[in-house]
Order: sequence, then C-alpha cells, then structure tokens
Amino acid sequence: MIQVFKNARVDWLGNRRWFIMVSIVLMLAGLGSAIFRQVKHPNGTEAFNLGVDFKGGTVVTVKFRQRPDAEAIHAALKSQGASETIVQPAVDKPDEALIKLPLAGPAGGTVEDASQVDAGRTTVRKALNTFGPEAKKDLQSEPETAYHIEGTEAVGPVAGQQLRNQAIAVTLAALVGILIYIAFRFEWTYGAAAVIAVFHDVLVTLGFFSIFQWEISLTVIAALLTLVGFSVNDTIVVFDRIRENRKLHRRDSLYKITNDSINQTLSRTVITSGLVFLSVLAMVIFGGEVLKGFSLALLVGISFGTYSSIAIASPIMVWWEQRLERSGKISAPPTRQSGSTSGDQPASARRKRERAMGSAAMSSRTPENQT
Amino acid sequence: MKKKNLSQRVILTVLVTLVGLYIVFLPHGRRPHGSDFTLAGIKNTLRNNIKLGLDLKGGSHLVMRVKTDEYLKKLTENDALAAQTAAQGAGFEVKDVRAETTGGNYRIILTPADPAKAQEIKDAVEKKVELSSNLGWSYSASGGALSWSLGATAQRTMADQATEQALKIIDSRINAVGVAEPTLQHHGAQGSHQILLQMPGISDPERVKALLTGESHLELVHVVGPPSPASKQTYGSEQEAIASLNSGGTVPPNRKVLPYAERDEPTAGGQANPAAPKDKRYVVVEMPPIVDGSELRSASAVSSRGGPSDDYQIQFSLKKSGADKFGPWTGSHLNEYMGVVLNDEVKSIAYIKGQIFDSGEITGSFTKQSAEDLALTLRSGALPAPIQYQEERTVGPSLGADSIRSGVKASLYGLIFVVAFMLFYYRGSGVNAVVALLLNIVLMVAGLILFGATLTLPGIAGMILTIGMAVDSNVLIFERIREELRTGKTVPSAVEQGFGHAFVTIIDTHVTTIISSLFLFVFGTGPIRGFAVTLVLGLLVNLFSAVYVSRTIFIWHLTRKGRRVETLSI
Repeated sequence: MIQVFKNARVDWLGNRRWFIMVSIVLMLAGLGSAIFRQVKHPNGTEAFNLGVDFKGGTVVTVKFRQRPDAEAIHAALKSQGASETIVQPAVDKPDEALIKLPLAGPAGGTVEDASQVDAGRTTVRKALNTFGPEAKKDLQSEPETAYHIEGTEAVGPVAGQQLRNQAIAVTLAALVGILIYIAFRFEWTYGAAAVIAVFHDVLVTLGFFSIFQWEISLTVIAALLTLVGFSVNDTIVVFDRIRENRKLHRRDSLYKITNDSINQTLSRTVITSGLVFLSVLAMVIFGGEVLKGFSLALLVGISFGTYSSIAIASPIMVWWEQRLERSGKISAPPTRQSGSTSGDQPASARRKRERAMGSAAMSSRTPENQT
Repeated sequence: MKKKNLSQRVILTVLVTLVGLYIVFLPHGRRPHGSDFTLAGIKNTLRNNIKLGLDLKGGSHLVMRVKTDEYLKKLTENDALAAQTAAQGAGFEVKDVRAETTGGNYRIILTPADPAKAQEIKDAVEKKVELSSNLGWSYSASGGALSWSLGATAQRTMADQATEQALKIIDSRINAVGVAEPTLQHHGAQGSHQILLQMPGISDPERVKALLTGESHLELVHVVGPPSPASKQTYGSEQEAIASLNSGGTVPPNRKVLPYAERDEPTAGGQANPAAPKDKRYVVVEMPPIVDGSELRSASAVSSRGGPSDDYQIQFSLKKSGADKFGPWTGSHLNEYMGVVLNDEVKSIAYIKGQIFDSGEITGSFTKQSAEDLALTLRSGALPAPIQYQEERTVGPSLGADSIRSGVKASLYGLIFVVAFMLFYYRGSGVNAVVALLLNIVLMVAGLILFGATLTLPGIAGMILTIGMAVDSNVLIFERIREELRTGKTVPSAVEQGFGHAFVTIIDTHVTTIISSLFLFVFGTGPIRGFAVTLVLGLLVNLFSAVYVSRTIFIWHLTRKGRRVETLSI
C-alpha cells in the first residue's frame, strides 16, 4: 500500500500566524499592484487587464497565408487611425494572429453608437487589405488571397459594463449561497470561516492577474466561481471530519481535534488537489489560447484553495469558536448528524487511536518525536 | 451483504450503463449498421448526437438592444400631435402642444386658448386619443395647461411590449432570410430589452445584421403644394422649404420637411438613367401620414418596367384598413401630389390622377438584392424602435474545429494522467475508480444529449474539471476505507464504514459546488452556461457512479471472495 502521508502529525494551528502572514503578504502584493497600476499606469497598464468582455472593443482572429510581423500589422492599423491596438501572434499556430482594438470613439464609452460594434472589424479589414485581398471562404480555395478573418468578438460599452456588474454580483451571490448552506449543515462560524477562506482565494487569484497582467475575460470569471465551489470542497472535507471527531472525542480541545482532522484528511486533500491541478495543467498546456485565462485562474486558485482550507479556514473557525466559548456562549458540538458513531468502532481500535492522538500534545511543535 | 441486494444493484448498474452507451455512441433515429462501430463511424455519430455551441461549430452570436426610450419618445410625440388634432377637431383653439421626453419622463402638455374649457378638452381628446388612465397616463391640469404623463409601470409595460414586438419582427426577418437553425430569445436581466440571436454557420454576419435592424419605415404622405393644377412643389434647400411655411423658421407639428432625391422617370423608350440622380431637393409634407407601413399587406421586388434590367422597384399593397383610408383620401385629393416616404426620405412623388385603393410602388435605383432586402423589411413590418448591436461574436468553422481539437486533447491527457495515478496508487481498487470515472464521463455526455444541452468550449473545460472532481469522491472513499482498515476492522466492515462516512462529506461538497454552478447558470450566458451545465451534470452523475456503482463493485468483489476476506487491494 503506497501512502502519501502516513500518520501525519503536523501542528497546523500552531503555525497559523505564519500562514496568515503569508496570505496577507500575497493579498497586499496583489492590492499593491492593482493600486500602483491604477494610479501610475506603468507601461500603460491598469489595475486589471480587462478583456473586451468587460471593457468593450474588438478582437479579430486572422489567419494569414504569410504572417507579417506584428510591427507591420501595427503600422497598417495605425494608418487606418487605430493607434492603440495590440497585435498578438498566436504561439501555437505560425499563421494566426489576434488583433485587439479598444472601443472607437471617446474614452469611457458613454457614446452609444450603433456602428461602434462594427467599427473595429471594418478598420481591421481596411488595414489588412494592404497585405493583399481577403479570402471570402478560406485561404486554400482562393490562391490569390492573403488573409482570412477566422473570428471576431466585439462588445459595446454598455454590454461590457453590464457583464462586469453581473460578474461581481454573481460571485457575491454564490458566496452568500454557500455561507447559508454551510451555516445550515454546520454552524454559522464554520460557514463564515469557509467563506472568508474562499474570498481570500479569489482575492489572491485576482492579485496574480493584476501582477502578471493576465487578461480577465468572462471565462476567467467562470473559473473564479468554479474555484469558489472547489475551494469550499476542501474546507468542507476538513470541517466534516472536525464535526465527526468532536462527537467521538468529546474531551479533546477543539484545537487538537482540528489539527487531527486536518492531518487525517491530508492524503485526500493532497491527492485530489494534485489530480485536479494536473488536469488543469493539461488545459493550460493543450487547451489553446481561448482557455488560457480560464485554466490559469484555476491553476492559481486551486493551489491557494487547498492551502487556504488548511491554513486560513480552520484557524479562523477555531479562533471564533474559542472566542464564543470564552464569552460564555458555549457552542455545542454540532449534533445534526444523528446516530451513534462511536458504537460501530471496536473498543480496542478506538483505544489504540486515542492513545496515539492523545500523546500529541497541543503545544508541541515537534510532533516527530512523539509515540 | 445479501445476494438479492447485490443482484438488484448489478442490474441497475448494467441497465444505466447500457442506456448511457446507447445514447452517446449509437445513432438516433435510424438503425445502426456496421460502419457505426468503426472509429470514424463513432466520431461521426458523436458529432451528430452532441449539440455543439457556436464557439465550437462556428457561427454568429449577436446581442442587440431595443432602444425602448426612443419608442416611448416617439409614442409621446405622436400622441401629442394626435391630441392637438383631436382638440382642434372638436372645435377648441389650441395655443401650444409640447411633448416632454427627457430624463425618463414622458409628458404631453397642451395649452388651450381658453383655460376654462380644460375639462371639456380633456374629454374630447381622450375620446380620440389613447391617453386614458387605464393605459397608464395620468392627467393633471395646472396653470391653464392640460398635461398627461406616462407612469413608470406603464412605461415598463410599453417598453416590454416594444421589445416583444421587435423580437417577433426580427424572427420573421430571420426566417425570411433563410438562416438555418437560428436561436432568438430575450437576453440579460428583466427590463434590459436585449435580444440574443445565434446563427450557426454564419461567419460573416454583415448582411444579416443590416437586414435585421433595417428600419424600413414606409409612409404615404400628402405633398404640400400650391392649388392644382401645378407642378410639384420642391425646394432647393431645407431653409427655403421651412421659409415657405411662413411660421417663423420652425416647422409646425403637422408639417415635415423631408429630402427628396429627384430622378428621371423612365421614359417610354426605356432610355432613362436612374443611376444618376439629380440634386437633392426638399419638399414639405403633411403630417400625420395618410397611411404608414403598419398597413402594408405585402411587398415584393420586381424588375422595373421599361428600365434597365438591373433596376428594381418594390410593389406593395395595403391591408383593408389601409385601403379604407387611402381610397377616400386619394378620391378627395385628385390632381394633387402624394409622396412615398421611406425612412424619412421621399423616394418618389406621384400625381394623383384617379382614386387609388390598395397598391403602389416604390422606385429609385434599387439593385435586385437591395430591393429584395427592402421588400423583406417592409413585409415584416417596421421595428417599433431602433435596434443597437451590443455584442457580436463570430467564430469561423476552422477556429471552432481547432478549439474542439485542443479541448479534446487536454481532456484526454488529463484523463490518462488521472487513470494512471489511480491504478498506481490504489492498485485493485483503482480499477474500480477508473470504471466509475469512465462511466461518469459517459453518463455526463448522455445527460448533455438527453437534455439537449449545448457543449461549448468552457463546457469541455467543465468536463476536464469534472474528471478531477469525480475522482475526488473515490479518493475520499478509498482514503476513508484505508483509515478504517488501519484501525483493525474487517474488510467488509471497513468498506461499509468508508462509504458511510465519506457519503456525508460527498453530499456536502457536491451541494456547495452545485450552488455556485447554479448561480453561473442563472446569470451566465452562452458558453458560461454550457460550463455550468456540464459541471452540474457531472456532479449529479458522480453520485451514481462513484458512490453507487463503486460500492456495487466492492460488494460484488467481496461476495465473490466469500465471507472471510482478509485483504483488500487498495
């Protein structure tokens, strides 16, 4: 039997200060990057590199017979009056390029011009015609042609704003929904701790997007919501075990029970997260340009989601419960799950287990030399 | 475990598996033949069975917004005009009529010459014009003026109606153009007045777009001129035309100055040159029009009589209600001029020789295509309000095929990796997990097909993620069984305990993920929705495959080995 963590006995809660500090540093880095970029605009960047979905604008995917270098395309676009364009040659395909144009017209996008959604494509067409005629169907059947427009995405200013507000509302609503469910299944302190941890994951992930200026598109928002669900999964697995252990070992402190629960579920946490991480990595590598933002968000999010369910959610929950206990409002161990759990364990096994765990002293930072 | 229980489980599992396999891999609606079992045959069947989203098969996705504020504005202005006509028709003198349409308020203000007669004027107006309180207009009189304003609820209702009507018109236009399998539906939040149109296979939507929002607003109007007989009265500039009204530089509400592109009428010999219009001139026309586009019964493009073969015109006929107005009017205006106005431009001016009842034509340098498009937009009726495009996403077929290829590739690599790990780490039980995982994928795809859900690129990502999450259930269960075994339990008891304990956790984790996916589904659009659907389907199916089927395999395995099982490969 191969085992990742055989009888792990790490004092997770003992290191909570370090964990929380790491998280705060990461979040501050993200926030710092966002504020710095928003205020100073180094190299013309902004807090977040919002895609056309949110900012409005046009993205045109072009296939060339002989792809000109980005500079030449840039120059051609500039001669058509589109100066703030981004030309991105596709990495995995030698003949394709993405051309991105911001919204035409005054910045801020208050002008509701019906032609605006079309304007970008028209401009790109005019510019590319300088390299040769456009293929109407495809490049193979029309040998005289130089390029073919494979796809366009154009979003007007109103739609962009709508999508942005919607994305924020959906994320918050999902968090509230999860909070209510966990509060219903466990205690509201558990729910709050889980939601804080998830919120932390979202913030850290967004921080990465700001620091590395990865583009935020609609699919990235989908990834963030998936991440919310996934990260809560990890937290719930730990909380479930805490709930169970509190009934089994009524005399143990919450601190010890939490540490034990994290250790007991550690193999599962690492295996599952590892597997999901690797399948998402497959997406980053093979999923192509369109899924890139999505898979990057998940890759970062899953790593921190796993980390936060151990390092953030549990300490917050313990701290909160202890505070409640001290202030007199003793929170009874959750008893919603009825049925006797202790009865179906052979007494000998239980004793053996209790002996092993009981010796792991609460304050011990060196669990290795126990037993 | 009882034998009966096991056989029940096995029967259900096999049954569901077979149904799933049938739905996914076999052709529907025809008898399968030999070639369906080759690799190419399976590929082909999959392509037919799974409904692909536009981002995968190529096509156009358009979001448009109906400018309902303009609809309400126009409505208010027309009603103001009608109110004036009604009041004057009842013999009251009207000093001024205004329509206020700013800041989300729609109000008609009528100032009579004699404020004392306000109540009588109100009654006279409301008898003719639909300004009653049932329709949401609230009446008030102050400072010697009558005013009607449109309440917020009524504004919403009317705006919704306008959107509904626009949707219907766009639907009829789309059908007339012959786009295959279009999807047309309301879009966005309630009250956003957005319409979503998806057209598979259309990779250059320019023509369709222009056609859909074409505002073909036809009006037949009386052209104002000196008493007959005289030639038609046109002016060289707009100012000149306005000056002729002698109203101090403004255009009164019952008149309108419109541009008129005069051109040579084809002569009998067919030597006309319609391609060279003369200078633009202006004419004064009477408002409201005699009849408008809503009274049209039919419109069609026909080759111009006598003109060059590539010159087309539109022939139209009026409904009975329109003919009932048009016939008497032309009868009483013999020897005067009438204009055909299209989109606020006078297309042609005709001399009324005799009474005309229900047909007419629009001429003016149309090509075959432009005449056909125009006839189509005329037939489908005028849009109640202008339409604005807000989003356009077009994916060419080859780009979509690339996306499928890379999506499938990523899924396969992810799957191979997960399978290899499970077999390596859990040995014998790993086989169990792999069976459950494969079944999970088959059933998820079957679910997609069964519900007619659309597979999008994010949907493929959802599948990859489901692979990871599906295997999580098995990991949870197996780790728990291992733990139970470590405490010294017998194998059957450990398996039972493992499933029992892990089940609670699995329910909790699945429900939370489903909650967040539901939000995605409800608020998301298109591709994102596809993602939520695959994820939720995958998780639901997972309860069956990872918990029920996995457990069945364990039970079967243990029963086969007999009561005294000492070891479990896990």
